[in-house]
Amino acid sequence: MEAKNNNLLLEVKDLKTYFYSETGIARAVDDVSLKLCEGETLGIVGESGCGKSVTALSIMQLIPNPPGKIVSGEIHLAGRGDLTRFTEKEMRKIRGNEISMIFQEPMTSLNPVFRIGNQISEAIELHQETTRKAVLDRTIEMLKLVGISSPEKRVRDYPHQLSGGMRQRVMIAMALSCNPRLMLADEPTTALDVTIQAQILDLMNKLKEEVGTSIVLITHNLGVIAEMAQNVSVMYAGVVVENTDVRTLFANPLHPYTVGLLTSIPRADHGAGKKRRLNTIPGIVPSLLNLPVGCRFSDRCSHVHEPCHKWEPPLAYPKNGIETDHSVRCWLHLTPPDEG
Amino acid sequence: MLILLLTLELEYGDWLTVRKRFFGKNLKILLGAILVALNIGMAVFAPFLAPYDPYQQDLMHRLQPPVWSDKGTWDHLLGTDNYGRDMLSRLIHGSRISMLVGLSAMLFSGVLGSILGMLAGYLGGRTELVIMRVADAQFALPNILLAILIVASIGGSTLNLILVLGISGWVIYARVAFGLMRSFKERAFVQSVVALGARDTYIIFRHILPHMIPVLTVVSTLQVAQMILRETALSFLGLGVPPPTPTWGNMLAEGRNRLWVAPWIANYSGIAIILVVWGINMLGDGLREHFDPRAKEARK
Amino acid sequence: MFGYIVRRLMFIPVSLLLVTMAVFFILRATGDPVQLYLGVESTPEQVALLEKRLHLDKPLPVQYLIFLKEVVTGDFGVSLRFDEPALPLVLSRLVATVQLVSVGMLFAVILGVLGGIACAVWKDRPIDFIISSLAVAGQSIPSFWLGIMLISIFAIDLRWLPTSGTGSWKHLILPGVTLSTFLLPNFVLLTRTNFLETMTEQFVTTAKAKGLPQRKVLFKHILRNALNPVVTFLGLQVGRLLGGSIITETIFAWPGVGRLAVGSIFQRDVPVVEATVFLLSIFVILSSLLVDIAHSLIDPRIRIR
Repeated sequence: MEAKNNNLLLEVKDLKTYFYSETGIARAVDDVSLKLCEGETLGIVGESGCGKSVTALSIMQLIPNPPGKIVSGEIHLAGRGDLTRFTEKEMRKIRGNEISMIFQEPMTSLNPVFRIGNQISEAIELHQETTRKAVLDRTIEMLKLVGISSPEKRVRDYPHQLSGGMRQRVMIAMALSCNPRLMLADEPTTALDVTIQAQILDLMNKLKEEVGTSIVLITHNLGVIAEMAQNVSVMYAGVVVENTDVRTLFANPLHPYTVGLLTSIPRADHGAGKKRRLNTIPGIVPSLLNLPVGCRFSDRCSHVHEPCHKWEPPLAYPKNGIETDHSVRCWLHLTPPDEG
Repeated sequence: MLILLLTLELEYGDWLTVRKRFFGKNLKILLGAILVALNIGMAVFAPFLAPYDPYQQDLMHRLQPPVWSDKGTWDHLLGTDNYGRDMLSRLIHGSRISMLVGLSAMLFSGVLGSILGMLAGYLGGRTELVIMRVADAQFALPNILLAILIVASIGGSTLNLILVLGISGWVIYARVAFGLMRSFKERAFVQSVVALGARDTYIIFRHILPHMIPVLTVVSTLQVAQMILRETALSFLGLGVPPPTPTWGNMLAEGRNRLWVAPWIANYSGIAIILVVWGINMLGDGLREHFDPRAKEARK
Repeated sequence: MFGYIVRRLMFIPVSLLLVTMAVFFILRATGDPVQLYLGVESTPEQVALLEKRLHLDKPLPVQYLIFLKEVVTGDFGVSLRFDEPALPLVLSRLVATVQLVSVGMLFAVILGVLGGIACAVWKDRPIDFIISSLAVAGQSIPSFWLGIMLISIFAIDLRWLPTSGTGSWKHLILPGVTLSTFLLPNFVLLTRTNFLETMTEQFVTTAKAKGLPQRKVLFKHILRNALNPVVTFLGLQVGRLLGGSIITETIFAWPGVGRLAVGSIFQRDVPVVEATVFLLSIFVILSSLLVDIAHSLIDPRIRIR
């Protein structure tokens, strides 16, 4: 529970973001709490549809309304207050400036009809009052920072003239141009080749040091988590099911879902000698409109037992959890209400 | 009458906004189909519906206003024109020509254009070059001009009109069919039939054509409306079916010269045209939304 | 870019050739132009004179070659109706038509795009419904009827504007508006659809994530992208606009090329018809080229290297 040695930068408390449609209410984020300290990288991992992107968009207050809405919860940004109470105008001062976001698909995330220099400058002009020249200089500086060669020439390029990796670098440059305290990265490397992935991740780490930005990294790839994050929150069907530091997560996963995720990673020596199928978690993610009663993972869990069908476990610390700051949402490790 | 229509639409409008979820695109098809059906019915049963013979002149009762105006009578519900002919009857009969011309021209241009477009798309090479270049060249020339030219040369009659309109309309079918054919040709299901050794005609008509039907249907529906509008434009310019045959375009042209004196002649012909074309457009639009695979609009 | 323009320009003669050839043959093959022009009471001398003038005494292919030669030198002969050289006559009327067409197009584009944006931004609210319905209805209205109605209301009943002819800017309003209705509904609906589609694109979220105000997101980011298909559409519609101007000119007695053409075709003023078709075709082709250039300026993805 104690922050390691840094200050708390972002705290999300009991966030609930729902989407209302004719077919029902989709509880995309249903009571999520997160903490991020300065200088840290928090990883949020989970399958598609578990609510991780919606969480990030909620932090940015970019949930389209209709049909979505932040129903309850608080999002505290150090030194600024509860973002859920901010007006749109106030939020705009935060976006791109104190908190910025990069997305998964760099091709579609950049406006195809404007030059990349223009798109980066836009952010700078918006939040910092400087001269034209200063803005241009800063833009070139940012391009250099993200490792794009001949930035003076590149500034005039259009997105379709760049490769995927370069576009993502441009996105990062855009996101960091105003020295934000926090960067939300939603699957930044998923759409890239493996080799480029490694480069981009290295870049992000390097920039974290240089610019002093903390990162919330959203991904479904545990390998990326292992490399980048200090702390990890595992999400499933709209809630956090496990939360701890990265080492503990890999060494001692508590939630059956986390275990399942870890064992399903293919290994080169898998079933050495014999032909073995890859491990998978049986079943599929439940529809957000139709969640199982009790624990959301109960219909796929191999350790399921009676209380799992009755009550949804809270995210809490098991017996030794407090010391290691390891919370989990599972009746295997917590005491159900009917037992003492 | 205009006010009546407007009020109807406004009332419908509120109902629409409220019940949009339940009807949405279906309402368009429904409403459009009703209007179209009414019009076709009117056209087919014209001799029975019309109170008078549309050609019958009655110079004693020229330029009588419609029944709700002071000098109007129940004899002539919508008034009479310059020659004392009953407006209502002429309007009803006018629908015949419009429907006939519209549908025939659409069929003509549709069949011609689709076949040419499909050939161009399927065979490629020189066939494609020739067909599409001609299409482009014709596209550059305003249709009306071409129509005027041809009609002025060969004279105006119903058949000529259909011919002219057909020629003016094939290009759009060709383009659509061409594009569709090109995209379908490479698809796996076509390749597999080719691999089975099927003949070209078999492939085109049995396998590819069915997939084009939805789009072509939508285009055709909307084209009928276009054809009707063009026919009325040509009639307006004096190039349509020659008087005294009652066509809405002719009546509109007559009405234009007497706007001050007898505005109803122009008004009601105009409204008739609008209603029919609107009905067809709605139907076409509704069909398009129905066939559109992108269900983004459908699911609200 | 230049290469592209040059290539496009090279295609012009081909299209022109096709078009003028068609017109040429239609005019001569469908009834004797001389008889049609002079009418029944013509004397043999008049007929012979006219035939000579129009080269009708020579075989058809030869006539065509003479025609081609004349075209290249810009000499279309003398108008039968007005007894003036055909080409300059058509050109002078063309100016009036271009005026009208520009005004009409401007109305259509500006009002259409703004209307479409309004619909997209306030989607499913009353204003969207009203404008969309009007647009759909507008597609069904014969524009000449609208023109007549406008005259009836504004010129006759209210007496605000003149009924026809040229003179002041006031004379441009009704014809301009009437002409714009040929395209206005399409623009509204097209803009609306494209805007709605573009609004869901990922880069819009990026723009918002940078903290851009809504206004800027709309007009800078979304508009440029949404306009793309609208510009394409515009390029295809020049022909329709011209067709529409023919009718509009007839209604409002506007001294443009359209009216000239209709009269000339009716009376078989062969030189004028040929000159008109020639010039109009060039006009249409050039305008679509212009539109294409504008298009590539808006969207850098389609610039041809």
